[in-house]
Amino acid sequence: MRHLLSTEGIDPGLATAVLDTAARLKQALEGREVRKLPTLRGRTVITVFYENSTRTRVSFEIAGKWMSADVVNVSSSGSSVGKGESLRDTALTLAAAGADCVIVRHPASGAAHRLAGWLHEAGTSVVNAGDGTHEHPTQALLDAATLRERLGDLRDRRVAIVGDVLHSRVARSNVHLLTALGAEVTLIAPPTLLPAGVENWPVHVSHELDAELPSQDAVMLLRVQAERMHGGFFPSAREYSIAYGLNENRLRLLPDHAVVLHPGPMLRGMEIASSVADSPRAAITDQVRNGVHVRMAVLYHLLAHEEETS
Amino acid sequence: MAPRQRGATDPAGERELLSAGDVARTVARMAHQIIEKTSLGAPSAPEVVLMGIPTRGVPLAHRLGSRIAEFSGVEVGTGTLDITLYRDDLRRGPTRPLEATSLPDGGVDDKLVVLVDDVLFSGRTIRAALDALRDHGRPRAVQLAVLVDRGHRELPIRADYVGKNVPTARSEEVHVLLTEFDDRDGVVLR
Repeated sequence: MRHLLSTEGIDPGLATAVLDTAARLKQALEGREVRKLPTLRGRTVITVFYENSTRTRVSFEIAGKWMSADVVNVSSSGSSVGKGESLRDTALTLAAAGADCVIVRHPASGAAHRLAGWLHEAGTSVVNAGDGTHEHPTQALLDAATLRERLGDLRDRRVAIVGDVLHSRVARSNVHLLTALGAEVTLIAPPTLLPAGVENWPVHVSHELDAELPSQDAVMLLRVQAERMHGGFFPSAREYSIAYGLNENRLRLLPDHAVVLHPGPMLRGMEIASSVADSPRAAITDQVRNGVHVRMAVLYHLLAHEEETS
Repeated sequence: MAPRQRGATDPAGERELLSAGDVARTVARMAHQIIEKTSLGAPSAPEVVLMGIPTRGVPLAHRLGSRIAEFSGVEVGTGTLDITLYRDDLRRGPTRPLEATSLPDGGVDDKLVVLVDDVLFSGRTIRAALDALRDHGRPRAVQLAVLVDRGHRELPIRADYVGKNVPTARSEEVHVLLTEFDDRDGVVLR
């Protein structure tokens, strides 16, 4: 693996190998006094975030540090990015400064792909940490890791993704990855929050949450992205909550083993009732914990092997 | 089929160094040596823990553990120590899958840890194992048990317990075969 830009068309064998590595890393680090491995000593990982994020950036930073990589964070404010430097020049600067891996979050869909194109010659790996409304592959991997932990093999498991699919890179990455791993995905959203062409995706589509819940092994709630809501996608927050919020009554419709996921940050009381978010059925803090191990696994698969010569 | 003659090279270019019976006897002898050298069971003796290095060190550690229990009546803790994340040659090959690591109950603090591996060669695996062990705790002492020592050390490391010393050429490959992974027990040179 040279870059991680997308889960679209991901080889199921590779995805499983990354998830297995993450599980091994979790087990290897559990209960240890020293949570630091020498594996990536001398490698430099730079995170470049053109959008605000706490959990993703911190998660990558901890992952890099636990593997002994040198981790440098660049945020758009307080750097040359704020002075108007182009993405390409920033990228080439980072590669010239010795970055082995650049982790990028950018508001434009496709930014990570462009970056990978510019940095391929330099031998620098690129990880997409969220590009616009396109993809967020490490989030999908950590969701899959959490589901595997709770449910075992994901083959033929049923996962519902609920909410703003239209603007959600998390949903897109999860659809590709979960279907590659053999799960059946159902998208549940009001028609206004489904992307055009969704009928060509390898998923079921529904607008009725209550009707779908009894047959699901997991429910993944999406964040209602206020910053991307420029039109009237639904009448009001209250109405959204009534139709698509996961409350206690809805939780009871799910099978007993079913897991509730949320990529965070949560809007408690709207997308998810507080009591549901704090219930043992919710794996939300597990997702964050697994996020570190999955990102360690991704860095391992990107950086701890022979350089490709092509 | 006639039994294979030990030391003879078969048509596939494989020379048997130890037969299945030899492996069993060697493991038994090593178990006796570990009991003797660690004063296992004596009142002042340290607690012994066997840590197998994947892949084939793990079943060897279990076999040694059950022999030790049989001969001395003392059950020793057995664990697995994956050293992949500590290797200094990770960038020299394709991505290596990780194996499990499991410590026996009570960890390794103040224990006498015996690392168990199938073949001792350059010594780099053992150095990585020592680094890995240090991150899991502070053993009172560390010893090394290997089924085969084939020489060609690149680091100042030697084993405390050696099943068989095998002089080899660098180009030769020593394979330890164990029924847990292979179709038979034995040690062959290819």
